[in-house]
Amino acid sequence: MYRKGVMALAVSAALGLPYPAAAQTPVQTGGPGSENAFNPAISLILNGTYGNLSQDPAGYKIDGFVPTLGEVGPPKRGFSLGESELTISANVDHYFRGTAIIALTPENEAEIEEAYVQTLGLSHGFTAKAGRFFSGVGYLNEIHAHAWDFTDAPLANKVFLGNQLGEDGIQIKWVAPTDLYFDIGFEAGRGLQFPSGPDGGRSKNGVGSGNLFAHVGGDIGASTAWQAGLSYLSASPLERSYEDTDSTGTPVTNSFSGKSSLWVLSGVLKWAPNRNPTYANFKLQGEFFRRRENGDLTFDTGAATAGGTQTGGYTSAQSGMYLQGVVQFMPQWRVGYRYDRLNAGTTSNGLVDSGALTAADFPILAPYNPTRHTVMVDWSGSEFSRIRLQLAQDKSRSDVTDNQAFLQYIMSLGAHGAHKF
Amino acid sequence: MRTTTKILASLGLIAVASPTLAALNIFACEPEWGALAQELAGDKASIYSATTALQDPHRIEARPSLIARVRSADLLICTGSELEIGWLPLLLTQSGNSRIQLGAPGYFEASRYVARIEIPKTIDRSLGDIHASGNPHVHLDPRNIARVADALAERLVQLDPANADAFKARANSFRERWRAALSRWEKEAARLKGVPVVVYHKDMSYFLNWAGMREAGSLEPKPGLPATPAHLAELVEKMKREPAKVIVYSAYNSPKAAEFLSDRTKIPALMLPFTIGGTDKAKDLFGLFDDTIARLLANVK
Repeated sequence: MYRKGVMALAVSAALGLPYPAAAQTPVQTGGPGSENAFNPAISLILNGTYGNLSQDPAGYKIDGFVPTLGEVGPPKRGFSLGESELTISANVDHYFRGTAIIALTPENEAEIEEAYVQTLGLSHGFTAKAGRFFSGVGYLNEIHAHAWDFTDAPLANKVFLGNQLGEDGIQIKWVAPTDLYFDIGFEAGRGLQFPSGPDGGRSKNGVGSGNLFAHVGGDIGASTAWQAGLSYLSASPLERSYEDTDSTGTPVTNSFSGKSSLWVLSGVLKWAPNRNPTYANFKLQGEFFRRRENGDLTFDTGAATAGGTQTGGYTSAQSGMYLQGVVQFMPQWRVGYRYDRLNAGTTSNGLVDSGALTAADFPILAPYNPTRHTVMVDWSGSEFSRIRLQLAQDKSRSDVTDNQAFLQYIMSLGAHGAHKF
Repeated sequence: MRTTTKILASLGLIAVASPTLAALNIFACEPEWGALAQELAGDKASIYSATTALQDPHRIEARPSLIARVRSADLLICTGSELEIGWLPLLLTQSGNSRIQLGAPGYFEASRYVARIEIPKTIDRSLGDIHASGNPHVHLDPRNIARVADALAERLVQLDPANADAFKARANSFRERWRAALSRWEKEAARLKGVPVVVYHKDMSYFLNWAGMREAGSLEPKPGLPATPAHLAELVEKMKREPAKVIVYSAYNSPKAAEFLSDRTKIPALMLPFTIGGTDKAKDLFGLFDDTIARLLANVK
């Protein structure tokens, strides 16, 4: 009896509902009598991979693009545990809802992925969020990795958002009162991660980075639904640094200070016969990224010798995209294909243009257009378990092709997850 | 609040929403509640149903068009009991609409007003997709419709007192017509009493319970999980020992598993509307029960 009450509560809490009160449901037995009755909804995601890669993931880099120092590398060779994700959420009161998502890394560290409060009905279509949360830039960035259709992030998300951009800040969103879905919103953040910088951004009052976004979406006929989005992320990196080696093989630290702006155009289209995805469904998803950076690049060998520390202007205009399709062709089984392409675009490096250094002193920035082909097949035992096989041919590195195979499990315990579009 | 509305309206921001000020904007999670709202509110409401009879209500996604509709809703009518647990919470948090949040008068959960059956004694996901507060498919017991109608009529009066007389009159008329229909259905369904039936999902339980029919098996090995060859083979064996009279499935289910079992056992497979729009004759709540009973009677002679 007691156990039933607590479990019912956990599920009701996941719904954002208090346990159905006995007063309203005289027929319903089992009441919220104990202190535990207000426990939040808890869920835990377990995942792990077996990886087989033709190239050592320790040397992974994406050539032609400034390294983000985010967790962009593919999963390890052999067996490895993925991040275990603990989610705790509940309504705080009738004004606010709180959510904390803590990732326990295989290195035995705990990371706050998200910890935010959001308003429950400011009314007139407004919602506000404060705390740490995944930025609403693009489509995939807001979605947790366990709900992705592939084991890893698109290359574009890796180079432009450091895999996944989380921000300490606020988000305000407004949904239009129209039958065609339309929202517009902005985020003001600290500038916690790339592109602001890997070290938490500038120490300054005010806003470190900003993101504006808008979405429009609706239904087509009886079987199709769609959503398109546009976002503009603006950041001001200060001494955003990365390691490289110059033409003589000397380790150097390059750092960029200036302005970084990123446009992301995203689109999602879902099809299921009569919108009943149980037996068959198809999802087409793609995003296009375009980034401009403008500022100064400092080259530092860490030595007082010639060429020791030099600074020059740096501008770049780079882009990238991915397009993926996933088909569920029978209950429980899905197959998918993803195409990744990055375009190193145009880069102007003052230190090279002036003849002070050569392009060979910046090997990672040498123009290169990475591509990747990925296929996957997965089986879902229920809504709560999934086993996936993914094969990829990854040309992130200009000199080698990495053939990757991953076998992955993703399982969810506890409160029921949300069916996000 | 009203001042804000005026300011926004004057800015043209909610111009599109202004027609909704005339009538109560109702968002029904399932077609049966949309139909009930139609009976009780008539032209005093504009009603949108989030799902159709061809969709499994467990598996809906919080897609943009649904968020947009909830954004403008004055009243949300859902089943509750975790049926919409995958999508309703997202609709609530994304809509930015305080009128329909939990605890607000615009939030109405039908299953709270009826006695739920099949409340599990043990809650564990190894038992399939079970619902802690009992079977949520409450609308297929016609007595439940009457109970929910009473509660919903009260709610409509509370939300739109200006039309209270109209709501009360419609509720009285519906109550009368439903009572008459119920006694007719009880007579017709007397022939169904004790009849063993194989179901697809546990979505017919309230109907079977009301009609006194007996569930002799389920095509799903566990609630929410697709039929497996091993489970179907077991059912074939079971049907040889104690044959059911009919195998039923809902409009949103694939007929394959039912037809497979029917082929091997010669027990007729029968599609039932499940909700409004599931069959041509299930145009409203009366048609839903008329057609469900008629189809069953035609197959259990």
